[in-house]
Amino acid sequence: MASSKTITVEVDDVSYTDDVEPRLLLVQYLRERLGKTGTLIGCDTTNCGACTVHLDGVSVKSCTMFAVQADGHSVTTIEGLARDGKLAPIQQAFHECHALQCGFCTPGMIMQSASLLNENPHPSEQEIRDGLEGNLCRCTGYQNIVAAVQAAAEGTVSSDSGASESAGVA
Amino acid sequence: MTTAEVGRARPRKEDAHLITGRSRYTDNITLPGMLHLAMVRSPFAHARITSVDASAAKSSPGVVAVLTGADVADQQGSLPNAWPITPDQKAPAHPAIAVDTVAFAGEVVACIIARSAAAARDAAELVDVSYEELPVVLDLEEAVKDEVLAHPDLGTNKSATWIFDSGEAGTGKPVSEALAAAEVLIERTFYQQRLIPSFMEPRSTVVDPTGEQITVWSATQVPHILRLMLALTLGIPESKMRVIAPDVGGGFGGKLQVTPEEAITVLAARHTGKPCKYTETRSESLMAAHHGRAQVQKLKLSATKDGIVTGLDVHLLADMGAYLGLVTSGIPILGAFMYNSIYKFPAYRFECTNLFTNKAWTDAYRGAGRPEATFAIERLMDELAVELDMDPLEVREKNWIKHEEFPFTTVAGLEYDSGNYEAATAKALELFGYDALRAEQVRRRESNDPVQLGIGISTFTEMCGLAPSRVLGALNYAAGGWEHAQVRVLPTGNIEVVTGSSAHGQGHETAWSQLVADRLGVPFENVEVLHGDTQISQRGLDTYGSRSLTVGGMAVLAAADKVIEKAKVVAAHMMEASEEDIEFTDGKFRVKGTEQSTALGEIAFAIFSAHNLPDGFEPNLDSDATFDPQNFSFPHGTHLAAMEVDTETGQVTIRKYVCVDDVGVVVNPLIVEGQVHGGLAQGIAQALYEEAVHDDAGTLVTGSFVDYLVPGAPDLPHFTTARTETPSTTNQLGAKGVGEAGTIASTPAIVNGVLDAVRHLGVKDIRMPCTPSRVWAALEEAKMTGGVQ
Repeated sequence: MASSKTITVEVDDVSYTDDVEPRLLLVQYLRERLGKTGTLIGCDTTNCGACTVHLDGVSVKSCTMFAVQADGHSVTTIEGLARDGKLAPIQQAFHECHALQCGFCTPGMIMQSASLLNENPHPSEQEIRDGLEGNLCRCTGYQNIVAAVQAAAEGTVSSDSGASESAGVA
Repeated sequence: MTTAEVGRARPRKEDAHLITGRSRYTDNITLPGMLHLAMVRSPFAHARITSVDASAAKSSPGVVAVLTGADVADQQGSLPNAWPITPDQKAPAHPAIAVDTVAFAGEVVACIIARSAAAARDAAELVDVSYEELPVVLDLEEAVKDEVLAHPDLGTNKSATWIFDSGEAGTGKPVSEALAAAEVLIERTFYQQRLIPSFMEPRSTVVDPTGEQITVWSATQVPHILRLMLALTLGIPESKMRVIAPDVGGGFGGKLQVTPEEAITVLAARHTGKPCKYTETRSESLMAAHHGRAQVQKLKLSATKDGIVTGLDVHLLADMGAYLGLVTSGIPILGAFMYNSIYKFPAYRFECTNLFTNKAWTDAYRGAGRPEATFAIERLMDELAVELDMDPLEVREKNWIKHEEFPFTTVAGLEYDSGNYEAATAKALELFGYDALRAEQVRRRESNDPVQLGIGISTFTEMCGLAPSRVLGALNYAAGGWEHAQVRVLPTGNIEVVTGSSAHGQGHETAWSQLVADRLGVPFENVEVLHGDTQISQRGLDTYGSRSLTVGGMAVLAAADKVIEKAKVVAAHMMEASEEDIEFTDGKFRVKGTEQSTALGEIAFAIFSAHNLPDGFEPNLDSDATFDPQNFSFPHGTHLAAMEVDTETGQVTIRKYVCVDDVGVVVNPLIVEGQVHGGLAQGIAQALYEEAVHDDAGTLVTGSFVDYLVPGAPDLPHFTTARTETPSTTNQLGAKGVGEAGTIASTPAIVNGVLDAVRHLGVKDIRMPCTPSRVWAALEEAKMTGGVQ
């Protein structure tokens, strides 16, 4: 076993310093060391995208990075997306458009959608579908996910609903 | 009664924690002192285990113990098959950890128990297993010859043969006469490729052995069945076991199982006295979680020259894989009643031979038997239309049950309670623009457009609401088909609903809240739905077979009705009226003809305090109900696919997909539409993308998501969905079920469309999945053999 490395990573606005094995994946660091279990693991070949997070504001699959590669960087997970007690528009849109069923792809799908909208605030349907290519969903057939991204882009989601409150967003 | 909630497109209650990452999937659970498991799996599809040397693994850092088959041989029992379809059904013993032999690649041969998941996986590499390879049988048409045996000690690959004959059953004429007298005879063989359910959440189990009850958290569709079966298999009193299905990330039938890994995690926890967790990798999931479909369908359909079908003969070879899982053997039988679909066939015979092969075992996958049946008949109806040079819709219409003919007893012996195939088809044609697309198809053919257009049709029905217990008994299934619910009224008047059907994405919490809000006249927000924990929901038969609303939902309504009946007694007492004069509307009990009323919440509090109740009244409004359906429900629909085929590359594109589904009365249109979308995606995936491929040695080649093509967003079109509504008459709500409809209907619609685009070029059939290479090869072969034109 290789010797451990010390890393400092900011995750959802909190700075963490930890000793980690060099082989530890970022997603394992998030889930097992920080308890950030909102980020999920769905495959072992970087195909499904369930583990998608933002690294310095851009989406990455956290199963494809070692934790040591995140040293000195800022990570946002699904748990840090809501701000000031309010869901991000894309979260609200997923709820209103029924863009999730079992919810397992949802954290990654939302993070990828948010990143997509950062890059292209007004994507076409095809641009949305292409932009989500790396995230698999087995429940929805993607139609309502596409609709949610469109709704978030068009700003047609309501600014607040029961979802914020019952999610316990602080 | 108001129906403010039923029919309303409410966004789901379930979403809040899932969109914010506060999820409770099994793999998220960490317990004090918890140990982690890794499985050592056979790389061979068929082999004798000659030795297992775990000494190096045992001394690997962090390893606490290693379990081999020999270590647990006297504790592990044999995993259950609950559906012996014939009295002489053959089945091999199915130990969770293989002891002497392995019969498919991926079978567990040892389990590492370690302080971390990484340490367990490191040590798994160090277990030295010696195998003596045995010949493998992988192909159904080889297996039926009994030359190479998947289990030599069984003496045959044939598990069972099951026959339905309408002549013998008295539901129709003998099919032999129909075939002999056929004016037109269509004979085809179709291959239902092996699929992998591919739920997004890999299977995971956590077992805590430290309490009075062993607590099992598992990514399962069936916590109640799992509790009973694990207890029976491992010889643990059922009362000593609690099973919890927390958030479950999809199932699609793939988590309707009692798995080796679940049993092993219990064994490991008992062995160490510590909580243990096992979470599979995706590669393990694809390799060792049960697969679906995998049938060869040999079909004969007889008809008159006018296109009236006179008989259907179905001969199936069904791939069990290496073992019989929970309902493996019954899956083809679920299809047996659906080959006649929406049609009035006078004669029908079905014969299925269940065969063992050296592959992962098959079992339920979305639709379970019914997609296979629907594919076969909808492909055949197109073939008949081609043979007679008729429009495929016209052939269907000539044979289907007219709306005024319901209820209708089919040649397979089922009574279809309701339906209106004409209405669904008319609506679909309008949305699709059928005539315009047919005209475009002609233009493209005439101009030799390299991109040809085809129209695929699928008019389907399915049997849902599994299932009347008496029917299951007649089919020799071990359990019943009822569902249980409890409605509890808290002192504040808030409601807790306990349901035995365990949701994993279907939205029960929202839909059941809508049902109860209407029935009890309470706000939607005041209803809490609890499920998926055998300590909370003591009775239940869980979620599969599009049964939740049509069976579980009816139990909820029945329990709510019992609450009302109990509360009426107290309402009468409180308002000093006679019980007969009390009526219940909008959440209030009223004395008929007066302004006097009292709310359910007031009664609930009066019962909680119990200071002034009628003599002999038990101070409790809570009510249980168990609903056993008297019949299945029969959703139906018409699906139309416009398919473009690039004849130069074989690339297939879905230009337009329209479906009109009749699922009866809808509680939540948002949820229903979501079910349709997801179902379509999986049915289209069978038609175009997915196949579990093995090499000659029986190794799964499509062993990761790199090779097993679960479609992504760019691979699927925007669907046009609509509904007609013919209420079911077999349940009080009129609901029919929607979970499997899209999957059942879409596969033949797509393949019919692909073939319709290229049939004029001489292509007669293309095996699924219709990948570009297969489509291109079919076109090339047609050219070589001088196909039409």
